[in-house]
Amino acid sequence: MRGLRRSFLFTPGNNPAMLLAGPIFGADALILDLEDAVAPGQKDAARILVAEALGKIPYGGVETVVRINPLSTPYGEDDLRAMLKAGPDTILLPKAEPRALAQASAMIQEAGAKTGILGLLETALGVETAFECGGIPVVTGLFFGAEDFTADIGARRSAEGLEILYARQRVVVAAAACAIDSIDTPFTGIDLGEDFFADLEVTKKLGFTGKACISPRHVEGINRALSPSAEEINYARRVLEADAEATRRGLGAVSLDGRMVDAPIVARARATLRRSGLDPGPASEPAPGPAWGQTPERASGPTPDREGERP
Amino acid sequence: MSLNSIGRDIPDSHVGSRLLYQGPWARTPEGLRHAPPLGSIRPGDSKIIPSLREAIAASGLRDGMTVSFHHHLRNGDHVLNMVMEVIAGMGIRDLTVAPSSLFPVHGPLVDHIRKGVVRGLQTNYALGPVAEAVSRGELPTPMILRTHGGRVRAIEAGELAIDVAFIAAPAADPYGNINGVYGPSACGSLGYAAADAQHARFVVAVTDNLMPYPLRPVSIPQTRVDAVVVVDKLGEPKDIVSGSTRITRDPVGLLIARSAAEVIDGAGLIKEGMSFQTGAGGTSLAVAAFVRRYMEERKITASFGMGGTTGYFVQMLRDGLLRSLLDTQCFDLEAVESLRDDPRHVEVDCGYYANPWNKGAVVNLLDTVVLGATEIDTDFNVNVVSSSDGIIMGGSGGHADTAAGARLALIVTTTRRTRLPIIRDRVTTVTTPGETVDVVVTETGVAVNPRRADLADRLRERGLPVVSIEDMKKQIQDLTGKPSPAAVTDRVVALVEYRDGSLLDVVYQVKQD
Repeated sequence: MRGLRRSFLFTPGNNPAMLLAGPIFGADALILDLEDAVAPGQKDAARILVAEALGKIPYGGVETVVRINPLSTPYGEDDLRAMLKAGPDTILLPKAEPRALAQASAMIQEAGAKTGILGLLETALGVETAFECGGIPVVTGLFFGAEDFTADIGARRSAEGLEILYARQRVVVAAAACAIDSIDTPFTGIDLGEDFFADLEVTKKLGFTGKACISPRHVEGINRALSPSAEEINYARRVLEADAEATRRGLGAVSLDGRMVDAPIVARARATLRRSGLDPGPASEPAPGPAWGQTPERASGPTPDREGERP
Repeated sequence: MSLNSIGRDIPDSHVGSRLLYQGPWARTPEGLRHAPPLGSIRPGDSKIIPSLREAIAASGLRDGMTVSFHHHLRNGDHVLNMVMEVIAGMGIRDLTVAPSSLFPVHGPLVDHIRKGVVRGLQTNYALGPVAEAVSRGELPTPMILRTHGGRVRAIEAGELAIDVAFIAAPAADPYGNINGVYGPSACGSLGYAAADAQHARFVVAVTDNLMPYPLRPVSIPQTRVDAVVVVDKLGEPKDIVSGSTRITRDPVGLLIARSAAEVIDGAGLIKEGMSFQTGAGGTSLAVAAFVRRYMEERKITASFGMGGTTGYFVQMLRDGLLRSLLDTQCFDLEAVESLRDDPRHVEVDCGYYANPWNKGAVVNLLDTVVLGATEIDTDFNVNVVSSSDGIIMGGSGGHADTAAGARLALIVTTTRRTRLPIIRDRVTTVTTPGETVDVVVTETGVAVNPRRADLADRLRERGLPVVSIEDMKKQIQDLTGKPSPAAVTDRVVALVEYRDGSLLDVVYQVKQD
C-alpha cells in the first residue's frame, strides 16, 4: 500500500533474512533491490526470491518498492515483467530518462497493473528532463541518485554535497511542479553521526518529501525530520476545526489567530495531518486527487494536498 | 504418566518420591540443612598435597560417590577433565558428576560415561558433546537439570550430596583460602563454588597460582578446604573470559532491545533505586544501553545491577548509574578487574543470588530481568534447555530463578531462528514456567502475559505494539509453517527440576537415523 512516503529503506533482494526483517524498522517504504545489491550471476535467483517475498511476507502498511535493473540491461525487462505478476506497490526504475520511463509506464498500463513508478534520476539527462519524467503516466515520484549522477557528470562526491545541490533542487522543483513526491539520495554511511544529520537537514531544507536510506538506523531520524512538528500538527487541527465551523455556519472563510482560513490553508492543514500519519477526516468539499498519469497540464487544477505542502 | 500443573506429562517411573511442579511457590521447605562432617586440621599439618591422585586418595573417593566442579572457567576449563582422567586411572567407577555447568571443552567426559566411570550427571547447563551424548541416551541414568538457585537448594537440602568438591582456584594460599581475581586463570567471582565448599564432605582446591598466606580477598575460606593441589595450568585464559563483550549492531536486535527498554519504562521500573539484571548477549546488553539512556536523562541511580557481569555494567558502575554491582560470575576481563579493585563491585555466592530456600535471595529484589529463549509457547512457557530437534543444548542457569523473583520478567528474542519459529503451541521442554514470565518482546511486537492485563494497558497507552502471543505465533508460522515436534523415543534422558526441586519436565532420547 502507499501511505506516508518519508523513509525508503534499501534491502538487498538476494538476502532472505533481510527481506523478512525489512518491514519491522518503521520505514514507510521498503526498496527490494535487484540492481546494485545483486551480483550479475544472482540476478535471476534474486528476482524469484523477491517475487516470492512479495507474495508471502506480510509487509502490512509498508509500501513495497522493487528497484529493477535498468531497461537497457539484459535483466531490466525480465525484472519488470516478473514484478508485474508479483505486484509490488511501486517500481523504482534506475537510469530513468523519459524514454525508459515511458517504456516502463506502457508495460505497466498494458498489464493493467496498479503499480506506480518512481523514476530514479541518476544521469545528467535524467536530471535535466526531470519535469518531463515526472509527467509520464503512473510516475508517482522522482528519486534522486547522487552516486551515479556525480559519476555521469564527472564530479567527485563530497561531504558538503555542493556538486549535487543543483540536481537536488531541480528534482524537488520538477516533482513539485508535477505534484508528485521527491525522494532524496541516501546518506552512504551507516553510523548515526553528525554527518548523517547534516545531510538530512539539507534534504529537509531543500523540500524533499522523502529520503532513501541504506541502514535501518537512519529510518527514525528521517521519519522525524520529514514529519510535521507537534506545533504544525496542532495548528493544522485548529485550522480544520475552524473550517468545519465555517461550513456549519455556511461561511466561505473564517479567521484563525487573526488570519483568514481559506481553501489553500485548509488543504495544507489536511496534508500536514496526512504526512504525520493522522487521518484528517472527510473533506468538507472533496477535491479529486490526480488519477494515475495525470500531468499537471492535464489535471483539472492544482492538487490541493500537494499545493498545501508547499506554501 | 502424571501431569504437573502446567500440563507436562512426567512418566510415573521417574516420579517416584519426587513431587510434581505445582506452581512457583507451592513447596514449603522442611527439615534442616545438610552439613558436612566435622573435622580438624592440627598445628603443623599441611594442606598441600603433591598430586591430584594423592588428593583423590586422601578424599576417600569410592565407586558410586558424587564429585562436583564449578564452571567459572567456562569453556577454558581444564580442571574437570584433568581430575576425571586421574579418577578414571584410579579405577573408580559409577560416579555422579555434578558441575554447575558443562561446556564443549568437557567432551572427554563422554568417554568416561562410555567406560562406566560416570553413571550420573547433575548440572544447571550443558552444551556440547556431553549434552549430545546424553540426548542420544548414552548416560545410564537421567541427567538432572537444575537452576542455579535450585542447585544450591538441592545441596543444602541434601538432595545433591557432594562427596568431593574440586574447586578450580585461580589464586590460593597454602592453607586453602581461594579467590578468582589473581593469576593467569583469573575468572573473577567464584559465586558458584561456594555451596560446594560449604557442604561437600571433602574439598580440594586445585590451583596454578599458589600465593603467600594470607590470601586476600577470600572468596572461599580456609575453614572449608581440606587440600590444596598445585597444577601447571587450570585452563585456557582466552576461553575463560572474553576480551570484552559488545552491544549488538544487528538492527533487528537493536529494535527488540529498544522495545524492551520501553516496556521496562512503561512498567514504571526505571526509577530511582531500581534494580535490574540482563544477560551478557548482545541484545541483552543493548537493552541495558537503552535503559541507561533513560537513567541518564532522568538522573536516576540504580540500587544494584545483578550479574553475570560484563564491562558494560562495570562502566555503568563507574559512571555512577549503579550504586553497586552484585556478581556471581564475570564474563569479561573488565568485570574481573572491577571486582578486584572496586569495593562497590561485590562478589556474592549463588545461594545469596538465587536459592529459593534461604532467608532471602537477590532475585526477589530484582525489578527487571531480561532473558532469552530458545522456544516460547502460547502459555508463555520458555525452553532454554533443548533445541527444537530435542538435543540438549543449554539449561536454565538463573533463567527460572530470576523469572520467579523479578517484578518484571522480560523475554527478548526474534520470532524465528533460521527457518524455525521460536513461538509455538508447545515448547519442546519447559525450563521456565509461563506463570513467571510477564512479557515477550520480539521484532514483531510485544506480547504481555494475560496475567498482567494491567501492564498490557499501560504499554498500549504508551503506543507500544501490544499483540497477543497467539497472533505473534500465527504471524511467524504463516511464514515458517508449523514446526514438527522433535523426533524422540519414550526413554527419559534428563529430568528438569524447578528451583524448588519439583519436576517441571523431562527430556526424551532423540531418535537417531
